[in-house]
Amino acid sequence: MNQTIDHVALLPGYAAAGTVVLVLLFDLVFGRRGVTSAVAAIGFTVTATAAVGVGLAQPRETFCSEAGCSLVTGVPGTVFVVALTVLALAVLALSSPLLRDGHAPAGEYVFLLACSLTGGVILAYARDLVTIIVALETLTLPLYALVAMRGESRRSAEAAVNFLLVSVAAGAVTLFGAGILFVAGGAVHLSALAQTLTVTPLSLVGAAMVVAGMSFKLAAVPLHGWAAGTYDGAPLPIAAYLSTASKLGGVAALLWVVTEGLTPILGSVWPVLAVLAVASMTVGNLVALRQHRTVRLLAWSSIAQAGYLLVPLTGYAASGGSSDAAAAVLVFALLYVVMELVVFAALITLRGRESDGGRIVDLAGSLRTSPVAAVALLLALAALAGLPPGLAGLFAKVTVLSVVAEPLPWLAVVVAVNAVVGLVYYIRFGVAVVRSGGDTTPPVRTTWPVAVTTAVATVVMIVVGFAPQLVWATAVF
Amino acid sequence: MTFVLLSTVVLPTLGGLVAMAVRNRVGAWIATGFAVAAVVAAAVLPVAASDGPLWHRFDVPWVEPLGLRFDLGVDGISYPLIVLTAGLTVLCCLHVLVTDTPRGAQLIALLLAVEVGIVGVFLSMNLVVFFVFFEVVLLPMYAIIAFWGGANRRHAAVKFALYTLLGSLLLLVGVFVVVSGTGTGDIVALTQSRGAGMSDRTQLLAFALLGVGFAIKSPLWPLHTWLPDAHTEAPTVGSVMLAGVLLKMGTYGLIRVGLGVTPAGVEAAQGVLTVLAVAAIIVGGLVCLAQTELKRLIAYSSVGHMGFVLLGIATLSSVGVNAALYGNIAHGLITGLLFFLVGAIKDTTGTGDLDRLGGLRDVAPRLAGVLGFAALASLGLPGLAGFWGEAFTVYAAFDVFDDWGAVAAVLAALGAALAAAYLLRMLRKVSHGPPSTAVSPVDDATTTSQVVLWAPLVLAIVAFGIMPWVLLDGFTGDLLEWITR
Repeated sequence: MNQTIDHVALLPGYAAAGTVVLVLLFDLVFGRRGVTSAVAAIGFTVTATAAVGVGLAQPRETFCSEAGCSLVTGVPGTVFVVALTVLALAVLALSSPLLRDGHAPAGEYVFLLACSLTGGVILAYARDLVTIIVALETLTLPLYALVAMRGESRRSAEAAVNFLLVSVAAGAVTLFGAGILFVAGGAVHLSALAQTLTVTPLSLVGAAMVVAGMSFKLAAVPLHGWAAGTYDGAPLPIAAYLSTASKLGGVAALLWVVTEGLTPILGSVWPVLAVLAVASMTVGNLVALRQHRTVRLLAWSSIAQAGYLLVPLTGYAASGGSSDAAAAVLVFALLYVVMELVVFAALITLRGRESDGGRIVDLAGSLRTSPVAAVALLLALAALAGLPPGLAGLFAKVTVLSVVAEPLPWLAVVVAVNAVVGLVYYIRFGVAVVRSGGDTTPPVRTTWPVAVTTAVATVVMIVVGFAPQLVWATAVF
Repeated sequence: MTFVLLSTVVLPTLGGLVAMAVRNRVGAWIATGFAVAAVVAAAVLPVAASDGPLWHRFDVPWVEPLGLRFDLGVDGISYPLIVLTAGLTVLCCLHVLVTDTPRGAQLIALLLAVEVGIVGVFLSMNLVVFFVFFEVVLLPMYAIIAFWGGANRRHAAVKFALYTLLGSLLLLVGVFVVVSGTGTGDIVALTQSRGAGMSDRTQLLAFALLGVGFAIKSPLWPLHTWLPDAHTEAPTVGSVMLAGVLLKMGTYGLIRVGLGVTPAGVEAAQGVLTVLAVAAIIVGGLVCLAQTELKRLIAYSSVGHMGFVLLGIATLSSVGVNAALYGNIAHGLITGLLFFLVGAIKDTTGTGDLDRLGGLRDVAPRLAGVLGFAALASLGLPGLAGFWGEAFTVYAAFDVFDDWGAVAAVLAALGAALAAAYLLRMLRKVSHGPPSTAVSPVDDATTTSQVVLWAPLVLAIVAFGIMPWVLLDGFTGDLLEWITR
């Protein structure tokens, strides 16, 4: 069986993989932090440009057999790739204080980040279960090491091991589920599964396992246990990566599987998604109430947000596949990563030379010492709570509820109650930032890449807050 | 004239930004200038009004997939509320400047943010944009209570924020039940078609969600428990905005969105609404009789007055809805004035405890005089603004309801008597008798500037009391006819 390979469709993948190789080489030859970072930044930019170029043309397919194609470029895939590369760029910029102070070896750090991005790029185009799982693992594998790169911190090492163990378990569950789906549907290509799957106990078990396993990347219940410890133990920029880019990868995987593979059994799959959604937001919000460390609070809040993210996906399944609902998943995910990036960027600015997030009370007095970053943080917190002036978050919430209000009003009410619980800890966090500090610490000095990233991310958040139609325009299904 | 329409929200926005940027007295005065300009803009809205259902309309697409259009318009129902909001904001800004409140510029910025949200709600002709403006109010009001409030402010502010958010999110779910069912968020079109496209069951579901949302905001008994804490702990200007106009978002929403968009749902829920309204009137009155704190008493009196407004709405008749709209404005003026006065009393005597106050009319005759006037207006003395709304509500209830409904009317009338009882009790405790130890050191601290602040409210209460037709004629329009047909 001869396959012709469409190399144009693979261009973004080549660019990402090429970046990995170049980073390795330049680090070997020059061994300078600035050079390595610059090469990675250029590589990421080229990857994004290639993705846009490919995405503007007609969708391309490659690695095809009678059953279907393994790689498909298209508008949503392009959006994912661009978002992932931009996030990787931002994380690279946010890592500059960490690398400058020598908490992490620059060469390895940037190399691993580029590896992870390569997995994400392939994932955005992948359309068969095996490629999706391999790409997901490629996205995740480098993170085990990155999580542990916070100087000599023991908490960081513990976090990495914890993350590894849960990840292995989740990978096994996903693979097992994929195997069952293969038995039930006789294919691994999503387009073929969409033809052959029927509602049988076997296919439902397979679908449930794949969905649950993949939602590990979102840190959704029941595979959420790693999130708090890992986020808190990881260096701050890696925590930002975990809660934005890595999560976006999970969204892509789930979105492809649910919208392209499981279409014949959606009517029976939505209860699974609904249970995951309700459990995630409820558990996430309730546990977040008790957190006193910034990053732990953000981790539990991101578990809750994963629950909100699963709500439009549930709506998609319950409504029998409305394209508006699929678009809503992507819109919510994009708005969410913007807000999350602003929170972490502002936090990194405020923490200065500290490589962890510290306690919430440590942020007291920030409004006086570094008002711009503090205001950015407050805006992003308001957005996460879904309230003006954080309009981006308000529209994220509106997007979620618009999809499920009619098919599943009860689920919409559960979201509403959860958002109220969420407001309690976002307000607590916000008040801590506004409160004047006991000791007048001098303004923290940050690096210019961090300052630029914080500023750009905040501006983007404000713009998409006033013009969410820009985000909707990219979500074409 | 869409320019004027937009200025009613743009001017306070600009003022707020100025006050945030220039955080001193100069910034505060400039911001107040913007607030005054906004009142002028609001006042001239009827100029060059078109004949359609709306006087002016500004409608541009925003986020089409969400059914969201930036659709603002004004008609006779919303116009008086917009002027009231803009006017009270100016008085509050001036109060901040006159009393030299600490961090005044920031407080004024937040007041203007609240104004933007409330005026936006009254202007919205699209359901989703209505919700967006509904949410704008939340955090600024939270900050006003949490950072300028009384001793127990944090708790009260959080309680306010959580209750309100729950209400507005249920409202959002209801909005999307409507938008998904009908395919549009256009309030005017939906009112004209009586929510065509939704089955009666869907309308009832939508109204249940919308209704709970508005009931928390108004607040209607038994969802009122956030109100006493918030009103009591808020600074004077916060209480004035809360009682004067923020609560009106709920009752206005019930009329504009509830009656307009889900008429079949409201009809199905009429019995429940009537029972809740009467319960609010009676419970509010009884609780007020037992209050020992001045500010809390005024706060609880809102529960009773809002009960009258709900009863008017529940009659679903032209007279009832007119009475409700009238009661809305009257309550905004009278309670706004009462909170200014109570705030002045608490500021000068340092206490709001009814048992420790007394003899105020000997010590501060001007303050006691205006307080007496406001209390009489609040209890519904004929000839003052408070009378018409409640009298017509009772009349409408008698007129529309059959036998069992007459019971509601009688109970409501009884509630009005309760209001007289608790307000006169308050006057006896505060104004009469020998000056107490808390009051006696006070000399008549009522400054001219304070009297100037109260004067517009006093004048409006008298004017609308003598000439109720000024307001009632203004309400009439296509939308009111569609709602009450």
